Amino acid sequence: MDSTSLIEWLRPDWFFDLAVVSDEYNRGRYLAGLWMTIQLSVISIVLSLIVGAVGAAAQGAQSRTLRALVGFFVAFFRNTPPLVQLYFFYFAIGTVLQITGDNGRPVPLVSNFGWAIISLSLFAGALNVEIFRAGIEAVPKSTVEAAEALGYKRLQIYKDIVLPLAVRISLPALGTNLVNLVKTTTLAYAIAVPELLYVAAQIWSEDLNVQEMMNVLLLSYVAIVGVLVWVLHHWEKKLRIPGYGR
Amino acid sequence: MQFSVKQPAPVKGHLPVLLPMRSTGEAMPLTDKVFNLWTAALLFLACAAALVTPALAQQDGEGQRTILDILIEWTPTIGSGFAFNVLISVCSMAVGTVLGVGLGILQVSPLRIVRQISWVITQFFRNSPWLVLLFYCILLIPFQIELFGTEVPFPGWIKAVLGLSLPVMAYMSEYVRGAIMSIPVGQWESAESLGFNRAQTMREIILPQTVKRILPSWMNLYAVLTMATPLVSIVGVNDVMALTRAALSAEGRVDLLIPMYLYILCWFFIYCYPISALTRRLERKFSVQL
Amino acid sequence: MAWTSDQPIISLKDVHKSFGNTEVLRGITMEVQKGEVVCIIGPSGSGKSTLIRCINALNDIQSGSITVEGQEVSDPKLDKLELRKKVGMVFQQYNLFPHKTALQNVMMAPVKVLKQDRKDVEERARALLRKVRLEGKEDSYPGELSGGQQQRVAIARSLAMNPDVMLFDEVTAALDPETVKEVLQTIKTLASEGMTCILVTHEMGFAREIADCIYFTDRGVIVESGPPATFFDEAKDPRTREFLSQIL
Repeated sequence: MDSTSLIEWLRPDWFFDLAVVSDEYNRGRYLAGLWMTIQLSVISIVLSLIVGAVGAAAQGAQSRTLRALVGFFVAFFRNTPPLVQLYFFYFAIGTVLQITGDNGRPVPLVSNFGWAIISLSLFAGALNVEIFRAGIEAVPKSTVEAAEALGYKRLQIYKDIVLPLAVRISLPALGTNLVNLVKTTTLAYAIAVPELLYVAAQIWSEDLNVQEMMNVLLLSYVAIVGVLVWVLHHWEKKLRIPGYGR
Repeated sequence: MQFSVKQPAPVKGHLPVLLPMRSTGEAMPLTDKVFNLWTAALLFLACAAALVTPALAQQDGEGQRTILDILIEWTPTIGSGFAFNVLISVCSMAVGTVLGVGLGILQVSPLRIVRQISWVITQFFRNSPWLVLLFYCILLIPFQIELFGTEVPFPGWIKAVLGLSLPVMAYMSEYVRGAIMSIPVGQWESAESLGFNRAQTMREIILPQTVKRILPSWMNLYAVLTMATPLVSIVGVNDVMALTRAALSAEGRVDLLIPMYLYILCWFFIYCYPISALTRRLERKFSVQL
Repeated sequence: MAWTSDQPIISLKDVHKSFGNTEVLRGITMEVQKGEVVCIIGPSGSGKSTLIRCINALNDIQSGSITVEGQEVSDPKLDKLELRKKVGMVFQQYNLFPHKTALQNVMMAPVKVLKQDRKDVEERARALLRKVRLEGKEDSYPGELSGGQQQRVAIARSLAMNPDVMLFDEVTAALDPETVKEVLQTIKTLASEGMTCILVTHEMGFAREIADCIYFTDRGVIVESGPPATFFDEAKDPRTREFLSQIL
């Protein structure tokens, strides 16, 4: 590309060409990529919530060792880059974890899709542990004591009283984390999972329409995130307890 | 925790209600009976050994070096790669902070159209994946631009810096807006009564008070940004991740994979963990005052 | 028509102000002469604070006119800086700038807004702090001062702009009784030096002591007004009498 003058570079005429809408083949591929992103997002969200809930419960345990282990797990995933975590799982552990396939050649045990899910779930799950922990600790001690006085056992208290209140308190932070998770699914590009960014990159390398694809891509992600934000907002409204909290 | 209260000598002539409560305490949980700090440490060492020893145990065989040697040999390269990542993160943070503060101030502008446009920009860059923004900048910023008659080159890493500064700008804009809104309205009113105009009020009175409130979030954002810098390896910048993968393919040893990646993870951990710890301490310190 | 000091320094004519659908001021007419000390009393929600905030253009009015030294406040093209030079305001919540010391708080506006020389301003600021009896506290931050001390710094800060009128919006309402006295003493000194003061206050004893004229507002109108002697002892309107009987 020759040196372009600044004015020419800023021309807006590429705003209105949405390539995937017009071309049928591309549209099919794009929708497949979109579906892959949605799958990655939803499965990772669900798994990360489970990881977060279990981890938060473990962090309240009486065993100091358990607390330390969970603390280390959270510290590790919070303070290391998610991309490097993904590479670690896929390239390092994935290469080692191979079983002999049908034709005698080593076959990876977990596909790249699987590793992406595992890595993303653990990463978001570690952050969720902290969020849930903060929510659990925000439940007033007096409420828990009242439940104890009524004869509730520890697990029952956690399930029926602490968790419902903690979820409501931590919803805003949780929502932010889940939105970040959806954005983080793009990392799967690096290990050739055919999600939205990967498919888009294929299309623009074939058709050389980077600008148009970029716009479509950005709009798609804004739309996906927008849907998620709306769902969370709706959920938060439904869960709201009158007179409690803000 | 186990505790018990020693039963004192029986007190004669007093009603039972006056006797001190006898508590046997709670039994030590099973996990703590089996694992204490010592067994936990042993377990950790055992796992570490299981992962690392096969690699370390590589002996002789035509001058095959041990994993440890390889790691040490590559350390200077990795170190310089990591320094490059830090450079990228610092530059992105600087650009993003400046842009973000400006955008945040615009978000509280008295002009509705300005507020709306800046809100849209903030939300757009907040909800876009960082990798997509990186691709955007890498592919769409020309590799040099003609400005005022001279040609300004745009090497790949500068484009990456700009790409990463866009989400930073969006997050900073949100933090600044939130902090400005949290300043009591009385400050604005008393400034107005004294004759300050809006720019003066913002500059002298409101913004200095927001700095403390934003600081923990700002530091956290820097840690997140640093952990996002390996993304630039995907778009072709030669950072520590790209160097690592080149090193791994150069060495071509399967048993090097896990230790090498763990090594890189440690570099980031050692850099970012103190920042997170400091951020948490600052958050606690400042939250008491507000 | 230039303003001369035989005309009222502040004049309100049939002022109406609404917040959304609620009309808070329903036709306020009053005049304040130069050097006069005016107290506005009344039940909460009667519009007292809104009234003096409108004088200082912190709230706009829907109809009517407010003039300060001949300057029309309700004029959309109002030169706010000119107005704020003439009118100083002290708030119930002091509103000191927490990141500046007491001296800096007092000095900021004359230096940044009036662009006066820093050295002169500093001298005047120290003299003002001495006047409100806060000598020695110049370098303290608001967080280190008591409520009464903060309020006195706020008064000094407004005085630094050399206003012709001082507005006090329930300035002692947030203070505990011991510190109320020191603030009232400061205001008394100001009044005795000839400063035109308008106070919204609950301190009836103080109002009786220093006011030249007392206005009673209820539900957005001025019900009754008069010098303290006649006002407190010979109130004519039944609403006034009811209010006074509740608080005295």
